[in-house]
Amino acid sequence: MGPFVPDIITDELNLIIGFLIGMAFGFVLEQAGFSSSKKLTGLFYGTDFTVLRVFFTAGVTAMSGVTLLSTLGMLDTKIIFIHPTFLYAALLGGAVMGLGFVMGGYCPGTAFCGAAIGKIDAIVFVLGGIVGVFLFGEAYPYLSEFYRSSAFGDLTIHSLLGMSAGQFGLILIGIAVSAFIAVGRLERWINPHGPASSFPTVSHKMAAVAILLVGVVLAIVPERTERLNRIAASETYQRQHPVKRMTADEIAFRILDKDPALQLIDIRSPEAFAKQSLPGALNIRPDEFFSKQWDDILRSRKTKVFLADNETPATTAAALASLLGYQRVAILEGGLSHFAKTILEAPSAESNQDNANQDERRFRLRAAPLLTKMISERNNLQPAKRPVKKVLGGCGI
Amino acid sequence: MNAQREPAPYMNPYQAGFLLGLILLMTIYITGRGLGASGAFKSVVVASVATVAPAHAAQGDFYQAAATSHSPLKAWLVFEALGLTLGAFLSGVVSHRLTWRVEHPAHVRPRTRIIAALLGGTLFGFGAMLGRGCTSGAALSGLAVLSAGGILTMAAIFGAAYGSAWFFRRLWN
Repeated sequence: MGPFVPDIITDELNLIIGFLIGMAFGFVLEQAGFSSSKKLTGLFYGTDFTVLRVFFTAGVTAMSGVTLLSTLGMLDTKIIFIHPTFLYAALLGGAVMGLGFVMGGYCPGTAFCGAAIGKIDAIVFVLGGIVGVFLFGEAYPYLSEFYRSSAFGDLTIHSLLGMSAGQFGLILIGIAVSAFIAVGRLERWINPHGPASSFPTVSHKMAAVAILLVGVVLAIVPERTERLNRIAASETYQRQHPVKRMTADEIAFRILDKDPALQLIDIRSPEAFAKQSLPGALNIRPDEFFSKQWDDILRSRKTKVFLADNETPATTAAALASLLGYQRVAILEGGLSHFAKTILEAPSAESNQDNANQDERRFRLRAAPLLTKMISERNNLQPAKRPVKKVLGGCGI
Repeated sequence: MNAQREPAPYMNPYQAGFLLGLILLMTIYITGRGLGASGAFKSVVVASVATVAPAHAAQGDFYQAAATSHSPLKAWLVFEALGLTLGAFLSGVVSHRLTWRVEHPAHVRPRTRIIAALLGGTLFGFGAMLGRGCTSGAALSGLAVLSAGGILTMAAIFGAAYGSAWFFRRLWN
């Protein structure tokens, strides 16, 4: 599951990858004509909409890919770098950049392209950019408050609008295709010799239909977390994939035996866990299964026994874990409430039971005080937290 | 330089956009981050200030936050920007577009164009720091992961550019 930084790819190798990615990026930008300020600014005067076409196509392609990979479980969108939202700084910074774009005729990436093929104005733009960053650095003490104000963190546009990434993706694709059609007409009208005059219309129509179909797929397929949660909770799935159930006695025996092949996973809320939890249990919530932070525990060769107050949430959690590819999962028969009733509340001494149950009764009588003591030693034990290791990125501070 | 050979025509913009989108997707898939450009400016500035005036760099939050344990030039975006420049150069070679010149419309004097490029670059550099990224890092990479801030910055860039284009029309037409 991507991304491969920071866990698989080292920092040094990542720099080499950055260089190679940069090469591909620069080659395509130059091939598209982004090394020419005349072509870039054509966007603002209606003579050449190349920038809009390239930019929007690239954005829609990458967005569709990210959403599809996330749906297929191949990319963890919780740990990739999401450009953070600082409302005022984003708006004012963008406005200043827009002004710089019209005056200078480049943006930083395209200025590197222009400079690379000998455009002296692009080299000057790059120097100006360095001056601008320096001025910002000097002015930062006065700007920092504004710079850090109106922070919304890793806010995504679809969560802001209350829809799935795929649903917003379809809207975005719809906007892009409409914009392509509109600017094509506008450009032919303003500049009859512009790029649109020589477009292969048939293949462009086919491409538009194809990307709209991709958008429909994105919008229809539910997000992976939602989809897997729904499957894991469905009775049909649970009937077809029964989970191993361990009796309270077996769990109690294995705890007292300090069985190294047993891993108890308490899926209740951190508050309930802190109040009372079984010895050796870790508090992992099912929504944390999707990220990699507990991967080593869930992937270990131990038998993972999911604990909840009753069997239903534990069964769902175990089903979810096995859907995510984790093996050796089990649940506690009857849940923690049953465990408390049968093991911890030790049976009274009355002996109207048959011989077969005598061993069980003796075991429970001995186990109850030991386990109660072990559990009380864990009182107010705060669950271990493993924050999601996010990728660092971005161009700001 | 192949001055005698005609420059090759530019790539179809949708084709170029598709390739660019795949490169960006690959970047996110492998490294978990997007593309960028203005971050390289920042590394150069931070490294320069730290070399020329280390005491001054130690005071400012901006320089401190950006300078980590190793050299600020050993940053992902610096390597990416170097690759970007080399890639664009190679593209210029294969398409016969290498020339030393100031690109300017016939009625605009080269000096005017240079001054506008310097001012525009300065504004862009400043704005990119304020907006935490430029057209690559904030707008394009932000769009790919549907970041609200990135899309907002994109709207602000193009909104301000269209809003002010009329005032600067004589620079271009």
